[in-house]
Amino acid sequence: MSTAIHPGSYHRPALRRWRERLSHFGVTGWLGLAVTGFWAGAAIFGPAMLSQAGDIGGGEVFAPASAAHWLGTDYLGRDMLARVVEGARYTVGVAFAATLLASGTGTLLALLAAASGRWIDSTMSRALDTLTAIPSKMFALLMVAGFGSSVQMLVLTAAVIYVPGSYRMARALAVNINALDYVTVARARGEGTGYVMLQEILPNITGPMLADFGLRFVYVVLLLASLSFLGLGIQPPEADWGSLVRENIETLANGGAAVIAPSIAIASLTIAVNLVIDNLPGRAARERGAR
Amino acid sequence: MNALLVKLLVQRIGLACLSLLAVSVLVFAITGVLPGDAAQEQLGQEATPESLAALRAQMGLDVPAHQRYLGWLGGLVRGDLGVSSTTQLPVAELIASRLPNSLLLAAVTALFSVPIALALGISAAVWRGSWFDRAASTGAVAVVSVPEFLVATLAVLIFAVQLKWLPALSYLSSIESLGQLLRAFAMPVLTLTCVIVAQMMRMTRAAVIDQLEAPYIEMVQLKGASPLRTVLAHALPNAVGPIANAVALSLSYLLGGVIIVETIFNYPGIAKLMVDGVTQRDIPLVQACAMLFCAGYLILVTTADLCGIVANPRLRHR
Repeated sequence: MSTAIHPGSYHRPALRRWRERLSHFGVTGWLGLAVTGFWAGAAIFGPAMLSQAGDIGGGEVFAPASAAHWLGTDYLGRDMLARVVEGARYTVGVAFAATLLASGTGTLLALLAAASGRWIDSTMSRALDTLTAIPSKMFALLMVAGFGSSVQMLVLTAAVIYVPGSYRMARALAVNINALDYVTVARARGEGTGYVMLQEILPNITGPMLADFGLRFVYVVLLLASLSFLGLGIQPPEADWGSLVRENIETLANGGAAVIAPSIAIASLTIAVNLVIDNLPGRAARERGAR
Repeated sequence: MNALLVKLLVQRIGLACLSLLAVSVLVFAITGVLPGDAAQEQLGQEATPESLAALRAQMGLDVPAHQRYLGWLGGLVRGDLGVSSTTQLPVAELIASRLPNSLLLAAVTALFSVPIALALGISAAVWRGSWFDRAASTGAVAVVSVPEFLVATLAVLIFAVQLKWLPALSYLSSIESLGQLLRAFAMPVLTLTCVIVAQMMRMTRAAVIDQLEAPYIEMVQLKGASPLRTVLAHALPNAVGPIANAVALSLSYLLGGVIIVETIFNYPGIAKLMVDGVTQRDIPLVQACAMLFCAGYLILVTTADLCGIVANPRLRHR
């Protein structure tokens, strides 16, 4: 909590605040940040930089790694490196959009719940608790059964599943801030609910919510990859890393690069984000406070 | 047992039943109401109003949504789960033929994972900070932060491809001897065990460390009790509640893991049935399977809650 309530911390320029945050990073944190940045870069610029992107195949099937195909080819003879880089766009992009939606909605609802009366608070909390009574994968299967699996539906599905978690986290933080004196002062001088939510509470919960955002991003990546692996996520010819594992699973018996490359991609992304979260200053402070 | 404890228990069970009711509304809304008119979708844009009306009547879509929901819920309670829209067989029959397989898989997994996880979790807590603790915790984090299908793929790569000990797929129809049964079960159980052990170990470790850092343990150590006695006779009895809580909660991860594992190993269980149902848009089947899974999930989560309450000595002796 101590990092959340730095007096005047949000008057400092954003750049210096970030430099301060990053100065706490250890080697693992930088490593995680580098790998996460690499995949984000691959998602944004990758397809434009590869000559073989959008290749329709027809070459040798499941070719081993070579100078022409660094990661070999897939089940249709397409270049695997290009497939993985294009997959990054779906895995990272869709998960990022879904997490942004989930975290944003959860935080806004939590601010509303904390800043307004008990009645709204308890209604919202009960309603969102009901959503958590369905296991996340089951919920995703239900949504796909009902609405199909277009990219928009996948974003919406993952967002709905992770709103309650992010709401709960943000509400716990916001309720504490809401009880502090300066919020009472702000109310006393006649500020409205919206002002209290966005100007008084929000700046003081952004740090912990950023860590929560990372954690939820990992969950969303895992969920979407699992869905695609079941053949219910991103639909061919488009492919995220989960579908790439599924498409090329038959080469598993030969230990082919076509199935190992996307697997390593998923594992490296989720573990890297975990490493970054572990190195965020909020967590260290929280653990010190807990001890 | 005292009145307060009974009241708490009844409250929790009542709450679980209410949640299940809310879940049934949600399941029905997502699959049966919100997606729009199933008859229109089936016949396409050019359908005549007469054929649409006829199909709606045949599918029972001509009654309002809340009446359909009540009819469906009544059917669930009576055990009438409807007819599968792809195979035209009663859903109850389909589920009955698959459920024992899934329960067997879950039971065998629990039988393996609970002792392993408890042993690992407790020893990691006792030797916290040692290389053993660090290795076990890092391994658990690694397993938790990759998807289940990756663990399964890795297991196939090691045990079926490299070592050739086990077959990569399990076909339960071809089982004639105990040896074959073991071989068919090995890969799914191994994968699920990895995932569950990782979850359970982390929670058990946290629960035991919580106790070991309490002041009374310091008192026990000052008294001169051996480390073994300190853990077994003093810390563990107090950690039983949190540990039971952790076990039940981790077992609820089985429900998610089993969806992936049954599909990847082609295991004829209830989760595979549901995934196939989703692929073929077999709504009655999906609804019934979803309710079954959610009921199982709520039972496990509520059990975790109840264990925590019953094991709390402040509530038990009052």
